[in-house]
Amino acid sequence: MTYFPEEVVEHIFSFLPSHSDRNTVSLVCKVWYEVERLSRRAVFVGNCYAVRPERVVRRFPNVRALTVKGKPHFADFNLVPPDWGGYAGPWIEAAARSCVGLEELRMKRMVVSDENLELLARSFPRFKALVLISCEGFSTDGLAAIASHCKLLRELDLQENEVEDHGPRWLSFFPDSCTSLVSLNFACIKGEVNSGALERLVARSPNLRSLRLNRSVSVDTLTKILARTPNLEDLGTGNLTDEFQHESYARFASVLDKCKMLKSLSGFWDASPSCVPFIYPLCHQLTGLNLSYTPTLDYSDLTEIVSRCVKLQRLWVLDCISDKGLQVVASSCKDLQELRVFPSDFYAAGYSAVTEEGLVAISSGCRKLSSLLYFCHQMTNDALATVAQNCPNFIRFRLCILEPKKPDAMTGQPLDEGFGAIVRECKGLRRLSISGLLTDKVFMYIGEYAKHLEMLSIAFAGDSDKGMMHVMNGCKNLRKLEIRDSPFGDVALLGNVAKYETMRSLWMSSCNVTFKGCQVLASMMPMLNVEITNKLDGTSEMEESHGDISKVDKLYVYRTTAGARDDAPNFIKIL
Amino acid sequence: MSVETERSSTESSAASGIDFEDTALTLTLRLPGSAASSSSSSAFPDADRKRAAAADADADRSSPRADAAASADEAPAPKARVVGWPPVRSYRKNALADAAGASSRASKQAAKFVKVAVDGAPYLRKVDLEAYAGYDQLLRALQDKFFSHFTIRKFADDERKLVDAVNGTEYVPTYEDKDGDWMLVGDVPWKMFVETCQRLRLMKSSEAVNLAPRAAR
Repeated sequence: MTYFPEEVVEHIFSFLPSHSDRNTVSLVCKVWYEVERLSRRAVFVGNCYAVRPERVVRRFPNVRALTVKGKPHFADFNLVPPDWGGYAGPWIEAAARSCVGLEELRMKRMVVSDENLELLARSFPRFKALVLISCEGFSTDGLAAIASHCKLLRELDLQENEVEDHGPRWLSFFPDSCTSLVSLNFACIKGEVNSGALERLVARSPNLRSLRLNRSVSVDTLTKILARTPNLEDLGTGNLTDEFQHESYARFASVLDKCKMLKSLSGFWDASPSCVPFIYPLCHQLTGLNLSYTPTLDYSDLTEIVSRCVKLQRLWVLDCISDKGLQVVASSCKDLQELRVFPSDFYAAGYSAVTEEGLVAISSGCRKLSSLLYFCHQMTNDALATVAQNCPNFIRFRLCILEPKKPDAMTGQPLDEGFGAIVRECKGLRRLSISGLLTDKVFMYIGEYAKHLEMLSIAFAGDSDKGMMHVMNGCKNLRKLEIRDSPFGDVALLGNVAKYETMRSLWMSSCNVTFKGCQVLASMMPMLNVEITNKLDGTSEMEESHGDISKVDKLYVYRTTAGARDDAPNFIKIL
Repeated sequence: MSVETERSSTESSAASGIDFEDTALTLTLRLPGSAASSSSSSAFPDADRKRAAAADADADRSSPRADAAASADEAPAPKARVVGWPPVRSYRKNALADAAGASSRASKQAAKFVKVAVDGAPYLRKVDLEAYAGYDQLLRALQDKFFSHFTIRKFADDERKLVDAVNGTEYVPTYEDKDGDWMLVGDVPWKMFVETCQRLRLMKSSEAVNLAPRAAR
């Protein structure tokens, strides 16, 4: 095909939207590599330390949309120490030098400073979209810089970031000329926002489709906003607690009723049960509903809502809904594809209001279910086998039994057979999290059947190195493996080292891996960074005292073309 | 139920007695979030204490030492102390810890919420039965915090009714027990009532005539 003119090749490439396909064609020959790199508009970097930013921007000078991910996934659960790294600075600086055409930046689990945001705001004249997920390190001042300088901004999406609050003014920095907003999400901002500025901004954004407010926004402000945005499709509410007057709620209900395009609702921070009836008229049109920040609603409120949501595809909810409530979901929401049930109480250890009963009910009623995150009190093998039979289309199956190593609630047996049924029946499974009492047998099943599995999370499971070996030798498509508190050691770590070349990363914490084992891995595989985190409480001397056989507290292994990173804090050793 | 909360509610009712005539002129049925009613604060009497406890636990977890401490120093209560377990994002934990009443609602033993319907009123209210020591407190709370245009009228036979000060309608407090039967509030000892009550309804007197007579008599 090399006899096609380059323009034609480029045009053909434009029909390849997936990153992996484009990566593949770039390997065919030098001409294709050149054509591909110069025409690449979207670049995804799954690990910010796998490649140097300078190299990325040099290879793809015409990139429009850049996505970079930072810290390991377990950072979400406080397993990665503060100051670990994952800095956005080098990426934004490199892009500012070489890719002034950048229009979209998405970052996840990265440390973004106000200076970074300031540079971003001033460097890319056509900048349109900023999405930050689980990031930290910036304040509302940085957001003010984005607001003032990004004149063409369409999307500002701040999901679950830790943002330092410097007052309500940042929203006022959007200039009067900014009329291009399509999506605005500041649900994670803790402090108040200037309600006048918010109302004016919304009023001059005719294309606004998605708006997610934080819990400081009053029902009166929300009402005024909704009156201006009849085309809104996705709404995250503000404050709907009891502190408002009846008249406010009456006005709110009447404007809400006019939002005929609304398909997705979230927010409901501590919403009062008395505001629940206002959303009844909308329920039949909803495809997405997130009530997972609403511990104030109980079983009866939640079922009143979900029983009306006949088109629902995505439901996030707290376990207050109970097994009985999930039965209502099962009988009402026939199109449900994604369900997340979160615990409402993290401190009453091991207790959740939902069990295997709710899950079985869901699986028999919602046959289209393909994505599940389920925090529950207990589980049984029979239930998992039934679920696997009923819903073979699972792509993501994450089950968390709150009490570690809890066996089958009926038989007292390990849950190996239940999870075995899941991986056997759900052939398209890409992401799996397992919990409860599990032996090496479950990993034999996973290694044998989970051919498309890309990410596996393991906690408190297995009996020996064999368990992890099953996974490393099976699971042909595994990209991310994260393990905590499981008895896997050097034998498992070193059993199939070639596998790490095809994987993005391996995380092991509180396992049986030793310092010596990590050294061997690093010497066998020079393209890997083998990062060891010492304990922070002064017992890091342990390493010296016990020599090479001392256990490693946390191990993070990833392939890289960049070599050892130079921003590692001193409690991290890179072998 | 704390003593302070109860006292403040009686005080407020005494104070509001002065302007009661004014409000009675303008109010019909009070609705969610009206000034005198803050059902969220009344419904979560120990929210503050719980929240403080939650905040402590959280600070404990997020400290850089917590990780090591969990595995080594703090041997007891292992399930509660495992860092990063259950695997819920710290953002979510913090957000729910911020939530007023988040933890009090979650600990089911400490609260029993039932819905309160009033004949003719379009919306429901909720009360936490565990927050009250007896029938008198419950009715006073219904009056003070939820339906302040009502006054309690006691009859010779210790029967209680609520009277709408605006239109004079009399309401009889009734409840649905575990068997699904509607009974008159006050027919069993308070403790038993708290256990068996599924929901409350303030029924118009005119419609309550056919209700089951009190079991006690």
